[in-house]
Amino acid sequence: MSAGLLGIEELTRAEVEAILDRAHFYQPVQMQPFKKLDTLRGKMIVNLFFEASTRTRTSFEIAAKRLGADTVSITASGSSVSKGESLVDTLNTLAAMHPDAIVMRHAASGAPHFLARHLVIPIINAGDGTHEHPTQALLDALTILDRRPALEGLRVAIIGDIAHSRVARSNVHLLSKFGVDIVLCGPAMLLPAELTQLASGVSLTTDMSEAIAGADVIMMLRVQLERQHDPPLSAGEYFQFYGLRLEHLALAKPDAMVMHPGPINRGRELSSEVADFQRSVILNQVENGVAIRMAVLERVVGEHANGSAAS
Amino acid sequence: MPSLLIKNGYVVDPVSGQEGPADVRIEDGRLHSVGKNLDSSAAEVIDATGLVVAPGLIDMHVHLREPGIEHSETIETGARAAAAGGFTSICCMPNTLPVNDNATVTSYIIERARQHAVVNVFPIGAITRNSAGEELAAIGSMKNAGIVAISDDGRPVMNARVMRRAMQLAKSFDLPVIDHCEDLNLSAGGDMHEGAQSTRLGLRGIPASSEDVMVARDILLAETTGARFHVAHISSRHSVHMVQFAKKQGLAVTCEATPHHFALTDSDITQYDSSYKMKPPLRSDCDIAAVIDGIVSGTVDAIATDHAPHPGSEKMQEFEKCPFGIIGLETALALSIEKLYHTRKISLMRLVELFTTGPARILGLNRGTLAAGAPGDVTIFDVELGWTYDVNRSYSKSKNSPFDGWHLRGGPVATVVGGAVVWRREA
Repeated sequence: MSAGLLGIEELTRAEVEAILDRAHFYQPVQMQPFKKLDTLRGKMIVNLFFEASTRTRTSFEIAAKRLGADTVSITASGSSVSKGESLVDTLNTLAAMHPDAIVMRHAASGAPHFLARHLVIPIINAGDGTHEHPTQALLDALTILDRRPALEGLRVAIIGDIAHSRVARSNVHLLSKFGVDIVLCGPAMLLPAELTQLASGVSLTTDMSEAIAGADVIMMLRVQLERQHDPPLSAGEYFQFYGLRLEHLALAKPDAMVMHPGPINRGRELSSEVADFQRSVILNQVENGVAIRMAVLERVVGEHANGSAAS
Repeated sequence: MPSLLIKNGYVVDPVSGQEGPADVRIEDGRLHSVGKNLDSSAAEVIDATGLVVAPGLIDMHVHLREPGIEHSETIETGARAAAAGGFTSICCMPNTLPVNDNATVTSYIIERARQHAVVNVFPIGAITRNSAGEELAAIGSMKNAGIVAISDDGRPVMNARVMRRAMQLAKSFDLPVIDHCEDLNLSAGGDMHEGAQSTRLGLRGIPASSEDVMVARDILLAETTGARFHVAHISSRHSVHMVQFAKKQGLAVTCEATPHHFALTDSDITQYDSSYKMKPPLRSDCDIAAVIDGIVSGTVDAIATDHAPHPGSEKMQEFEKCPFGIIGLETALALSIEKLYHTRKISLMRLVELFTTGPARILGLNRGTLAAGAPGDVTIFDVELGWTYDVNRSYSKSKNSPFDGWHLRGGPVATVVGGAVVWRREA
C-alpha cells in the first residue's frame, strides 16, 4: 500500500503529534505578506473531488501552492467519470501521468482504501463517504490547541448526525488517542450504540443538555440530508432538540468553544446567534485547514516522506 | 462403460451408517458393491489408500448464470468448478436471464447441462414470474420439466400472501420452498452486517433482524400451509434458534449454512475488499457460534456454497457499488473439514452427511448414497491434504473469493460422476 493518509484510526499518537507540530510551524506562514515556500517545488498534486466541496478543495489547493507544488483540480462532473469510466480506471489514468500524490474525496466509504490497494501513488483522503475525514480532525485538534494547552482531560461534545458523519469518526479516533472524554449526541436513529466501540473514552447520549454539561468544546455537525435514507426528523423537531442555541452555552465550561466543520445551516443545527458568537471558532478552523494540509502534504510527498512515489 | 474400482479407501456412508476401510465398485455407471477385497478384474482402479471415499457431494445452492449472464459463469465452467470442489451434483438458482420461471427455461438448462456439464445439474425454479414477487411462476410445468425446488433467491417474496399461495402450490407438487430470507425494507441500502464494524467503516448496515423477521414469517406460513420450507444460507443467531424451534414442533423446516458464514465474521472486512461482500452478510461472532452450534446439533441440515460468480469488472469497484456474492465451490469441502472436523466440532460421518444425505433428503434426490444400484457418484477426499487455494487457477469464470491464498488442511482428491472420473487433483 502507498504511504498516503487514509484515516486517523491507523495513525499513532506520535504521528498525529508530528503533523500538529509541523502545522504549528506553518501557521504563521498564512500571515506573511509573501506566503510561498519551495518545500514541494517540482511536485505535482492532483485534487480529485467526486463530491461537492468548497473549503476542503480550496484549502488543499492553497496548501499545495504555498508549499511551491503545482496542482491540478478535477471534479467528477467535468471528468471521464461522467462518461462511465470506473473509479479505478480514472485513477490509473491519472497515475500514469505521474503526479506525486492524489488528494481525493468520494461519496463511497472506503473508496480511497480500495484504490490504495491497487495503486502505488500516495492517496490523501479528503473525506470518504461516512467513514473518515482525517485532515478535518487534525485541523480541529489544532484549533482546540490554539486555545488550550493540551487535549488531555478535555471534554468534547460532538452533536448531530453522528451516524453519517466522517468528521465525527475521525475526531473520535484522534481525540481518543489523547485521552479526551468524548460525548456523542444526536437523535437516536443517528446514534448507533456501536459507536462506543469505535475507540476508548466515548459515551453516548440523546440529551443535548447532558452532552454539553461541562464541555470544553462543542462540535456541531451538519445535518446531512443527502446521506439520510430513513425518514428524517422534521427540521423544526431537529432544531428544538439538537439545535445549538445561546442558552445551551451556559451549561458548558465558561470558556467553551463552539466548532463546526461547515458548511453551516443557520437555524437548522445552530442558531444564527451562536454562529456569530465570539467563542465560535468556525472561521479559525477554516484558517487552520491550510496549515494542517501543508503539514500533511509535506509528510506525504516531501523530501523526508516515507515511501513517497519519488523514493 | 468400463467398471471402476476404488480400492483401500476409508468409506463413509451416512445412509448405511458404514464407516471403515473398504473398496467401492461401480458398474455401468451405478454403484455395484462396497466391501473388502473386491474383485479388481476388468476395472479401472483408483488407489484410495489414506483417503476418504464418500457418496458424491451435493451443493444445493449454486448460481450458474446461464442462460444470459455467461460472462460470469456458464453451466460448463460452473460444473467444472463443482467437480474440482468434490461435488457430483449441484442445484442452480433461477436468477438467470431470462429467469427460470417456466418449463422452457428449465428444459434449456437441463439440455445444456446434459451436453456440457461434468456433474449432475438440478435446476431450481422461480416462485414468482420473473421473480418479481407478484404472480406465481409455472411451478407445475417446471416440476414436470425437472426442477427440484422453487426459490426467488436474491429477490425474496416480500408479499406474505403471495408466499402463502406459493407454499400451498408447492406442497401440492411436493416441492420444497427455498427462501433467501431478507426483509428488503429493513436491509435497504445495506452493504454489510450492521454492527460495530459497519459503524467503524462507515458502511451501511444489514441488520440481523432483516433475516430473522422473514424466517419467522415463513415458518408460520409453513405451519399454515404444511409446505416444506427451507432457509437458504442461514446466518443469524435468532434464525438458527427459530429453525430449531420449528423442528421441535414437527414442522417440515430445514436450513443450510455456507462455509463463509462459519469461516469468516464481519470483522474480517477491513480493506473494503468486495470479496467479502455477500448476502446475507458475514455476521458477528455470536451469529457464527450459533450457526456452528446448529451444524453440530442437527438444526442445520446441509452445507451449501451459494456460489455466486461476478466478473472482476463488477467486483473492482467501490465497496458500496459492488454486487453481492462470492464463489465457493472449490473451497467448501476444505473449509468444512478445517473449520468443523479438525476443530473436533463434528465427526467425519456428520461432515459427509451435511454434504450428501442432508441436501438429498431436502430435495428428494436419489443421491448421496453408496447403496447398490444408486447412481455412481463418489467423492474421494483427504482430510490431511495441505494445499493453497489460488483463485486465478479456478475453473470458475469469476475470481471473487475471500479465500484466495488460504492454506487449507483437507480437500477433495477425485470426483466420480456416473462411474466416470471427472476431476482429479494434480499430484
